[in-house]
Amino acid sequence: MKSQTAEAAEVVQVSRSKRFFRTMLQQKYLYLMSLPFVVWVIIFSYVPIWGWLMAFQNYRPRNSILNQDWVGLKHFIELFTDERFYLVLRNTLAMSTMGLIVGFTVPVIFALLLNELRQQLFKRTIQTIAYLPHFVSWVVVSGIVTKMLSTDGGAINELLMSLNLIDQPIQFMAKGEWFWGIVTIADAWKETGWNTIIFLAAMSGIDPELYEASTVDGAGRFRKMWHITLPGIRTTFMVLFILSIGHLISIGFEKQFLLGNPLVNDYAEVLDLYALNYGINLSRYSYGTAIGIFNSVVSIILVFLANFIYKKVTKESVI
Amino acid sequence: MSTQKGLLKQRSLADRSFDYFNVLFMIVIGIVTLYPFLNVLAISLNNSVDSVRGGITIFPRDFTWENYQTIFAYDTLLTGLRNTVLRTVIGTGIGVLSASMLAYTLSRVDFQARKWMSPLFAMTMYFSGGLIPGYMLIRHLGLIGTFEVYLIPAILSVWNVFIVRSYIDGLPLALQESAKLDGANDWIIFWKVILPLCAPVLATVALFVAVGHWNAWFDTYLYNSQKPQFTTLQYELMKVLQSTSASSNYRDPNAQQMIASVSPESIRMAITIVVTVPILFVYPFLQKYFVKGMTLGAVKS
Repeated sequence: MKSQTAEAAEVVQVSRSKRFFRTMLQQKYLYLMSLPFVVWVIIFSYVPIWGWLMAFQNYRPRNSILNQDWVGLKHFIELFTDERFYLVLRNTLAMSTMGLIVGFTVPVIFALLLNELRQQLFKRTIQTIAYLPHFVSWVVVSGIVTKMLSTDGGAINELLMSLNLIDQPIQFMAKGEWFWGIVTIADAWKETGWNTIIFLAAMSGIDPELYEASTVDGAGRFRKMWHITLPGIRTTFMVLFILSIGHLISIGFEKQFLLGNPLVNDYAEVLDLYALNYGINLSRYSYGTAIGIFNSVVSIILVFLANFIYKKVTKESVI
Repeated sequence: MSTQKGLLKQRSLADRSFDYFNVLFMIVIGIVTLYPFLNVLAISLNNSVDSVRGGITIFPRDFTWENYQTIFAYDTLLTGLRNTVLRTVIGTGIGVLSASMLAYTLSRVDFQARKWMSPLFAMTMYFSGGLIPGYMLIRHLGLIGTFEVYLIPAILSVWNVFIVRSYIDGLPLALQESAKLDGANDWIIFWKVILPLCAPVLATVALFVAVGHWNAWFDTYLYNSQKPQFTTLQYELMKVLQSTSASSNYRDPNAQQMIASVSPESIRMAITIVVTVPILFVYPFLQKYFVKGMTLGAVKS
């Protein structure tokens, strides 16, 4: 009896695996079209995780990654006792928080106002103009920002001078304490238009009957914006906001790299730049990797934390 | 009755003044966005010596093509332009094809590997190995100092895959089924049915990938800074912006006059325009598509 069931199970097993391979053969083109990318994604996205081992070694590129001196947490201890690290962390969090606040409020306000425009052609023209800076590289934007803020012939200084608000041009790019603000404004200038796209799409999905009903009830323009349009984009807003919280610490380095200069370095250096300087320019690969690991681990914790809070509040999950 | 009428009138007045202010505000936004570009354009077309006096707004005071003649006389910029165009064209072709191919396989509910493949790709949107392990990988693969380093690591963008996939999910399944009844296999269905239907979303993806390639400078900085033959436009602009000494390379040593007349500032402005103008000619025409594409991607993720 016992062996009989085992035999039956085996038959099922055999036919199941037979069926598996038959389907596989049938879907050979689907495999052909996807497996190369599986190989690619493993090499370019998963293998670098393996490289995290470097952070626990004194990595020398000559030897293979398994044939290195293991040093345990030495690099992490060094990282957490380095004063510079805390300065860099402060800069990172300051700029990302400012970016998060400005990067959400300004586009929402802009989208609200765009949504109120009656002239469709005018609206579309403004949108096209507002999308332009998004497509331009940070290299170009940094050049433009530097030019606009320059002391000889920069538009901002000339404007302030002609309004008699200042008598000497301000050296914007040389003042460390202005750097965070400059980065935030440059970012807002570049991305605000682009970031309205999703909010505008969410607004166009709001049921027009809601507006009609509130008109009958005597609600004015602002009441409709406040009570219908804003609640209408709340879900979209929350989802995007939570996703960005995950990026609080990994804000990249492009803006800071391109807009920074030695004069403002104490305010411009962010985690990724710090990793770049140590890890590649000074060839301290292990130390640089340790910085990267800190970065990734904090990001993942932040994403899950934000998602957890969101779940508690709305009973829905973003991830 | 009369009070009601009065109220109505009052409201429409408030309404109208809001409209006026809103339009005015939008015009200000438009100016703030466009002015810097027009200013840079004006300076790039203005005599370099004259520009030093300052005060140029959106019209050149002393018109000249000299700044452009100077930068295009320099080989490095032409090499950069060639490489940027090459990587943009080839990279966009690869990017669009890879995104649509993978998106199609992942959109097939009956595909048996979908269960594990989907998360394998989706996961990568949430983490990354970081700068140094990525650099070491490129180094081990022997890609440093090659042109391929611009293409191979950028073969696939998971974000684009998901944009295309949500588009395919919205297509009627009947089209695929009828093709299958006609004896088409998955490979044929992809090329003959899916790809043509996906044209609008592929325009979006092509724009994203092309802009990414056109604007990239960090890979040149990191991997190819020792290889002048693989330089790119953005990297050249970055070098010129970061140091005054770099822009002096752009002054033609054979033409003594030019050395005197073209300032680093004018060179920067001219290169900025060269880098920016091609984008201007592409994105406005694809606006309808990328707005839709962005929305699709957002809804899905």
